[in-house]
Amino acid sequence: MIAIENLTKGEVVATRTININRADLIRYAGASGDFNPIHWSEATAQAAELPGVIAHGMLSMGLAVDLVTEWTNDPATIIDYQTRFSAMVPVEETTHTANPARPFDNPNPGAQLDVVAKVGAINEETRVVRVDLTVTNPHDDNARVLTRAQAQVQL
Amino acid sequence: MTVDITGREYPTVGPYHVGSEEIRRFATAVKNTHPFHHDAQAARAAGHKDLIAPPTFLVSIAQRAEARMVNDPEAKVDFSRVVHADQRFSHHRSVVAGDELYATATVVSVKELAGNRLITTQVEITAAERAPVSTITSTLLIRG
Repeated sequence: MIAIENLTKGEVVATRTININRADLIRYAGASGDFNPIHWSEATAQAAELPGVIAHGMLSMGLAVDLVTEWTNDPATIIDYQTRFSAMVPVEETTHTANPARPFDNPNPGAQLDVVAKVGAINEETRVVRVDLTVTNPHDDNARVLTRAQAQVQL
Repeated sequence: MTVDITGREYPTVGPYHVGSEEIRRFATAVKNTHPFHHDAQAARAAGHKDLIAPPTFLVSIAQRAEARMVNDPEAKVDFSRVVHADQRFSHHRSVVAGDELYATATVVSVKELAGNRLITTQVEITAAERAPVSTITSTLLIRG
């Protein structure tokens, strides 16, 4: 249980570096139903004047919120979650040097996200805490992938 | 002539049955490892009806409703030029395995910005008898 009275605005509650590979994009396409070829076809991505195959914005948004879920220890507490998508995340092709039967355990990341979750605002009356997520790409001069990524948590 | 589609509401899509395997598959794809997404017993022990869907799970249903707008010839959306600009989920309650959901998309605004077009849609996710589940807002930027 999180004690709301012990929280401080600006306090870091979680950090994580998340690896993304082409296999993750294909898996997300299947799970979400978003089969836009810019997320799996290099030729299509280049024809669309993109730097290459890029991650679904919704994949980055979905990956980042796990820090909030882990912190609250109940996903049902997340009553609102929003973001702007401010930088694309190109996902490079990498060799599967690990067991090809376990493509999601590939130790060679095609892209990475650095995620920091901080307490953005505390409302003791409604017991709603806003968690601000900073999501940057260490392979792209720490470009901000998500901007104003905020989760409202009902404690 | 360009038709102003602001305020246009598209026919409701659904029902979509939210299955346990679909929740697990989506949670795995976004690496949301919390047991309430994967282990129904753990979710029930904490007082939930069944597996809880991840916070962004409803995008899969919302995008099917948004497709009504994308495929509307008067919306003039060239999908190969589309970039996702923003997204918001306002959950009125959690989505659980076994839910039957409907989705209704409405165009909130259409803006021109530096030669690009921004279309904001709102999708209301409802259960039976239009009971509110989630309000999902997203903006697509169509590169000019």
